[in-house]
Amino acid sequence: MPGINSEALRPHAEDAFADELKALAAADDRPRPARWRLSPWAVATYLLGGTLPDGTVITPKYVGPRRVVEVAVTTLATDRALLLLGVPGTAKTWVSEHLAAAVSGDSTLLVQGTAGTAEEAIRYGWDYARLLAHGPSREAIVPSPVMRAMAEGMTARVEELTRIPADVQDTLITVLSEKTLPIPELGEEVQAVRGFNLIATANDRDRGVNELSSALRRRFNTVVLPLPASPEAEVDIVARRVDQLGRSLDLPATPDGIDEIRRVVTVFRELRDGVTTDGRTKLKSPSGTLSTAEAISVVTGGLALAAHFGDGVLRAGDVAAGILGAVVRDPAADRVVWQEYLETVVRERDGWKDFYRACREVSV
Amino acid sequence: MSGPAPALLGVRHHGPGSARSVRAALEQCRPAAVLIEGPPEADALVHLAADEGMRPPVALLAHAAADPGRAAFWPFAEFSPEWAAIRWALAHDVPVRFIDLPAAHTLALNEEGTEGEHPGKPEAGDEAGRAPRLDPLAALAGAAGYDDPEVWWEDAVEHRRGAGRVAPDGDALAPFTAIAEAMAELRASFDDATDATDTADATGAGEATESGPRAGRDAVREAHMRLRLRDARREFGDGIAVVCGAWHVPALAEKRTVAADRQLLKGLPKVKTEIGWVPWTHRRLARRSGYGAGITSPGWYGHLFRAPDRPVERWMTEVARLLRDEDHPVSSAHVIEAVRLADTLAVMRGRPLAGLGETTDAVRAVMCDGSDVPLALVQDRLVIGDVLGEVPGSAPAPPLQRDLARLQRSLRIKPEAAFRDLEFDLRKDTDAARSRLLHRLRLLGVGWGEPQRSRAGLGTFRETWRLCWEPELSVRLAEAGVWGTTVEGAATAKAESLARGATALAEVTALAEQCLLAGLPDALPVVMRALADRAALDSDVAHLAQALPALVRSVRYGDVRRTDTAALGEVAEGLAERVFVGLPAACSGLDGDAAAEMRGHVDAVHRAVALLAEAGETNETSNTSETSETSETSETGKDSASSAGALRERWAAVLTTLAERDGLPGGIRGRAARLLLDDGRLTHERAARLMGLVLSVGTAPAEAAAWIEGFVGSGGSGGMLLVHDERLLALVDAWLTGVAPDAFTDVLPLLRRTFSAFEPGVRRTLGERVRRGGTGDAGAAAPGEMAGGGFGAALDEERAAAVLPTMRLLLGMAHTGG
Repeated sequence: MPGINSEALRPHAEDAFADELKALAAADDRPRPARWRLSPWAVATYLLGGTLPDGTVITPKYVGPRRVVEVAVTTLATDRALLLLGVPGTAKTWVSEHLAAAVSGDSTLLVQGTAGTAEEAIRYGWDYARLLAHGPSREAIVPSPVMRAMAEGMTARVEELTRIPADVQDTLITVLSEKTLPIPELGEEVQAVRGFNLIATANDRDRGVNELSSALRRRFNTVVLPLPASPEAEVDIVARRVDQLGRSLDLPATPDGIDEIRRVVTVFRELRDGVTTDGRTKLKSPSGTLSTAEAISVVTGGLALAAHFGDGVLRAGDVAAGILGAVVRDPAADRVVWQEYLETVVRERDGWKDFYRACREVSV
Repeated sequence: MSGPAPALLGVRHHGPGSARSVRAALEQCRPAAVLIEGPPEADALVHLAADEGMRPPVALLAHAAADPGRAAFWPFAEFSPEWAAIRWALAHDVPVRFIDLPAAHTLALNEEGTEGEHPGKPEAGDEAGRAPRLDPLAALAGAAGYDDPEVWWEDAVEHRRGAGRVAPDGDALAPFTAIAEAMAELRASFDDATDATDTADATGAGEATESGPRAGRDAVREAHMRLRLRDARREFGDGIAVVCGAWHVPALAEKRTVAADRQLLKGLPKVKTEIGWVPWTHRRLARRSGYGAGITSPGWYGHLFRAPDRPVERWMTEVARLLRDEDHPVSSAHVIEAVRLADTLAVMRGRPLAGLGETTDAVRAVMCDGSDVPLALVQDRLVIGDVLGEVPGSAPAPPLQRDLARLQRSLRIKPEAAFRDLEFDLRKDTDAARSRLLHRLRLLGVGWGEPQRSRAGLGTFRETWRLCWEPELSVRLAEAGVWGTTVEGAATAKAESLARGATALAEVTALAEQCLLAGLPDALPVVMRALADRAALDSDVAHLAQALPALVRSVRYGDVRRTDTAALGEVAEGLAERVFVGLPAACSGLDGDAAAEMRGHVDAVHRAVALLAEAGETNETSNTSETSETSETSETGKDSASSAGALRERWAAVLTTLAERDGLPGGIRGRAARLLLDDGRLTHERAARLMGLVLSVGTAPAEAAAWIEGFVGSGGSGGMLLVHDERLLALVDAWLTGVAPDAFTDVLPLLRRTFSAFEPGVRRTLGERVRRGGTGDAGAAAPGEMAGGGFGAALDEERAAAVLPTMRLLLGMAHTGG
């Protein structure tokens, strides 16, 4: 394992929170599954935060329903693979990294899923120089993170599982059901030792990218990470993130952008949830994800518009075009959804007249 | 065995664990009599519980004899400890006594309290030993390290492994002793602080000072229970068992003088009551239904009570079966993994047995791919469940029937087996009430009257009904008893339930109409809400367009019946708005049949919008001036008030889009143009130009023929239009003569259909005009001459003069030459 690099731009979870993990391990007297660094209870505490008997404060890593974390940890403890689903920006990767760090003390056994991920990334590759010189042998094999995790009883992570081509995904079926990785070239296999498990993350709005086969899906317990529960929490996240981004882009600070941010978040939430915030009117939802991350980019874009072409104040007109772009992904169906929303909800709403007008302008 | 003191079995109402324990305890101590917390009036009815036809969930229903709307319920589920005790006692020929305050007092007290006659909170009579007392239980749970008192109670009592199945040598009474002690502690600490029973009883706000002695409802009830207990001991000896809410146990064990208890009970108000068994449903046991027996998961409890062993495994199997039935692929492997996950979760959360929370989490993660959609199904069908109780026919008549009898008397319509036609004038109060009653009964599935088509010309305020009472309607009425105690209340509840369960938009609109007809204003908000929801989610414009006319009709009916239709109008406008947005897109790419159907929708919406706008105008009268007429459609969202005029404007804009957009089916475009022309929103010149474009060589003949059908077809006045507007006729004529021979045979059927719908006179006139050939140059005629109607370019002086003598005669003018 590489030594701790304090210069790293972003240290691994197990390094950044090494103290907390140590304190938890010391205080933890509950039974631990084989090769787990902590008991399931302690892992949940690590993620959700708490105070240990010795006074150590564990910072919360995940702010959200307790249930989600408990089910996730328990899944790993029952040695089922865990699939974390959620729209972008719901901390899937963050949770998977911290889970791996807490369970195995190592969050680096990672396969990043892309359209180009090949089977070698999940099974094993070959050191061709050695292969040519000595013929196939265990030494000539370059193990994948999954293979290493199996051999050492660690937690492997697969990011963006649904982006991996379907045939490559299915390599995981043997790994997860038989808990073995055959190496036909050598007539051998690597058998997973106790403690091995796998956490995958996927975007559940990416329908049609590479849907999991039902055979693979069956091997996973699925946990959906929810979007921020309350509008205030989401406004807070967006405002904070926009602020950070704005500073790095050297955008001038805007005085009362918070109202516009609240409006953007409201529109996003209402369309996403398919119901108005007062809960009285149902709406159709567009095909886009309308995640918090997109709200952030709409507001950032609006800020840039306001700063460079407007009067420096974030106004309805600055975000209207961005919102339209985020909402109307499918030109036919989404446009109807958006217009219905404008005509039935926005038009009637007090104090939203400027917004309505701005949206009408960009919509037509 | 006959103990020195009565066995006080403190339970949680509807707790399956309690029920098991009660059964075991009764088996062990074999009491000579069983006393149960419930209205003593029911003593005479309790034997029915052993009847073959009695199937829980059922409820004891007590209501004021004069007013069935004032009622209180004591529900029993299969897993209720009280039910278990009743069944045990009846099976062992042991007398059963109910010992709670008589319903006569309970109902009278309720009346004086804050609540009116609405049966929504009748549980005051039976409030579970815990529902209004979450606080003391929370204290107990908090002491045990639980943040949710419900979960604590489940772990400590309901889920105890082997509850009710204790080893033969174990003491089945031990848990009850423990509960009694805990409750005594709690009561002590509460009594110290304040007059606990007053503060703890959420429903007892206004009733404490009412009945002379300053005591909360609980104190009164407990005094009554003690007195009854004393009577029973005198009658049966000490070997008796009492099943009551855990909270009351210490009070019953307390030593109080008879005189003190009598004092408490003195001067209680009283009403004449009647009591009976009624069928109940699991849904009503669930807390959310407002009847509030206070359990969220009757299905789960029922399962816990029924399952002989391995409750989690059996539960998961049931869930899997349900999901499979709904075409959701779930294998045995899923069940295995779900059970493992639930068990491990329970261990991790430190619970003795996987509870509903754990099983739900496991089902979501393993069987539902993390989605809440199939989970909602599980929640609805299994966790709550669709169980419907049954009551034997020998039980006394249910209150609904009595309410109907009362209404029949007051409205003077008798149930008769022979057919009888009645005509109602809805402007008269009695007739309106009769009509409402019949509509309500229809809604309840009691088809006493069938509405007949009113004789023509009688107007909307008349209704004709054909009445016929068949014996089976009594059965229907009994079945409808689950919905409520009065016809109105039951119909309201049924309508609300239908609205919630409706899947198609048209169902809900029909329901809304029924609610208005039946005069159920209380159900209307729920129905409206369902309607708005369905409308919002329905992406098929055809459905929306179908729903709109019925809704608008309802708005009009509401006017006749003087019900408040503001909410309805709002929903109708919203619906119209959605139709406007979606219509242009929905019209493209339709084949012939679909286009014809859509054209019908366009017509229907057009009429509905006109009616709606009319209704809106009469409602708003003065507060909106005529600003809207002039401004350009909804361009700048004039203001928040969507006035009727604006609605019409927007519809006109939609029609214009339809008329002018290329690529839409000809029939629809023609129809839209025609509607605009009729409304005066399209000038004749513009209409002629549209027609000219469509009938030019660039358009396929079939398409053009469809356009003509849309434009002049459907409706008698289409032909007249051609008769009077020479230019339009000329265009048609020129186009028709220009159609290629083989294309002509294609368009012929369509044209024939169009023109054959005209009246013979119109057809003849048209034929003559075409034959006269005066149309050849009409296309070039100046617009000013068009106004003359196309009967020739100028005045025919000679023919006009022929009228003059008669005119003079009529006007009494002198014969001055000519």
